[in-house]
Amino acid sequence: MGQFILRRLVWLVPTLLAISLVTFVVMHATPGSPLQPMAANANPLPPAAQQNLARKWGLDKPLHIQYLTFLKNALRGDFGTSYVYKTSTVTEILARTFPVSLHLGLMALLLAVCVGIPLGILAAVNQNGPIDYLCSFVATLGVAVPNFVLAIFLIVVFVLGAGVIPRTGGWNSPVDWILPTIALGLGPLGILARYTRSSMVEVMRQDYMRTAQAKGLGPRSVVLGHALKNGLLPPLTILGPMTAAVGTGSFFVETLFRVPGMGRFFAESMLARDYPMIMAIILLYGIFLAVMNLVVDLCYSVLDPRIRLT
Amino acid sequence: MDVLRSHREERLAATTADRAGLTLGSLARPHRTLWRDAWHRLIANRLALAGGIVVVLIALMAIFAPLIAPYPYDKPNYSAVSQFPNRDFPMGTDLTGRDVLSRMIYGAQVSMLVGLGAQVIVFLIGVPIGALSGYTAGKVDTILMRFVEVMYAFPQLLFVILIMAALGRGLQNIFIAIGVTGWVTIARLTRAEFLSIREKDYIQAARAAGASPWRLITRHMLPNALTPIIVALTFGVPEAIFTEAGLSFIGVGINPPRPSWGQMVGEYYIYLQSYWYLALFPAIAIALLMMSFTFFGNGLRDALDPRMQQR
Repeated sequence: MGQFILRRLVWLVPTLLAISLVTFVVMHATPGSPLQPMAANANPLPPAAQQNLARKWGLDKPLHIQYLTFLKNALRGDFGTSYVYKTSTVTEILARTFPVSLHLGLMALLLAVCVGIPLGILAAVNQNGPIDYLCSFVATLGVAVPNFVLAIFLIVVFVLGAGVIPRTGGWNSPVDWILPTIALGLGPLGILARYTRSSMVEVMRQDYMRTAQAKGLGPRSVVLGHALKNGLLPPLTILGPMTAAVGTGSFFVETLFRVPGMGRFFAESMLARDYPMIMAIILLYGIFLAVMNLVVDLCYSVLDPRIRLT
Repeated sequence: MDVLRSHREERLAATTADRAGLTLGSLARPHRTLWRDAWHRLIANRLALAGGIVVVLIALMAIFAPLIAPYPYDKPNYSAVSQFPNRDFPMGTDLTGRDVLSRMIYGAQVSMLVGLGAQVIVFLIGVPIGALSGYTAGKVDTILMRFVEVMYAFPQLLFVILIMAALGRGLQNIFIAIGVTGWVTIARLTRAEFLSIREKDYIQAARAAGASPWRLITRHMLPNALTPIIVALTFGVPEAIFTEAGLSFIGVGINPPRPSWGQMVGEYYIYLQSYWYLALFPAIAIALLMMSFTFFGNGLRDALDPRMQQR
């Protein structure tokens, strides 16, 4: 087990190297430059200023030197200064915003797991019953309604209409947490419910389920004691990438509810060609994804002893 | 437990039906092709039918937009600025007096074009690569799978935005951005189908009969892999609509003044507190169209592959 974890963590190094190299190449190969940002209402800079900036950021050097310099600094945890927020380093910005996004993401994930998985189980047990229809409706809703559309609905209904929630914006009190959590969590909730349902239905057709019934076990212990362990494996697999996607913040949800997380950098830094920021968030996402997949694999081996970690 | 019992009853019913089929022979049932059969199952599914009808209606609205729209979508009308929905303007007007209903009708063009058009590109890139990879199952396959792994390690939105930022705004570039990022899923699916089909006996037989690789792929393997590919493409439609809406929301999608529903939500959401209807109507439209395509896709999947039903 220990060896397995160690090997996976060592494998992370070449993966991250590949990710950073690909990002670097794509970033520089596509038209556009941080010296001449293409964002709306950006002012063009005079050539002399552009040269000075290029020298300051090291963009005048050959590309491979730039990449090696980036690597050398990144290994020491120094990702440089943001081209857009010129007064703070990338590390400072992410240290301030990532915890907010992670907090929001984990709450949304908790909502998705606590509602989605039981819903899927109940739907599988009561196939073609009302709960089953509710489950497939919620699942479709979660997949088919984009989170920014849902966010608009939530604001109109609960903030402007019913007035249950007094305001949007900020991240200070639990009142601010409710709507963003729902907006961000419904998509994963729907996906989880659908996955859980289909895998539970599959499991309940197995022979050993009939055996368990033949032994005279009640429906409750058949489902909870026998079906659940195997039925929850497929939904577990998608939890890894899901956590990475939700935990690093959503541009749309954070923009609409004005949550001070890191989600907006996914769009902003791209548009402004904020190279240090882009590299940092992609690597952060990559590490997060890899670690979550590792955690999922470990959970897998705990739940299913037939799976040997090698 | 009733789940198991009903399942057993189903199987029991199936065996008696089989026996009846044996005695009566195939004359009892008129011959039906796969597509006819699927069509009958599809229209029997009410949700799928409703989804299909909504999609057709919105498509008609998009096609005949110049005839239906009561006002031009881009001309400001300063004598009717930010009016709430009323008789003259059923969905109100925005802050420069443009009719929201007309903008909505024209916005349907973008969603429909992107939703369907992007799938054509995804199909044209993904299927040949996936087919080649699955057919050869050699070096090409290894390279493709490595590449796919790297692609999946990136947050998808980031890639699409990067391409849009590089190419600039516009409908054509949205097609390219979605096509370039979306083919991976179809390629992987096609590859998986081809890998399982190439081991089938009838492929061996065709090969033994001297069929060329080209003929093998196009005449024998592709038709058998097509059903799951079509289903996956159907599910790709709402995804593409979502991507376009998201891009236009951010402001890197469609080129103003041309309206798209996502662009309208993005432009109007800041006025939500005072003029809630501005962002609400396009938001409803996006949700409605995406849900219709999803229900239709679900129905299509069940119709084309009855074994997949209710799983």
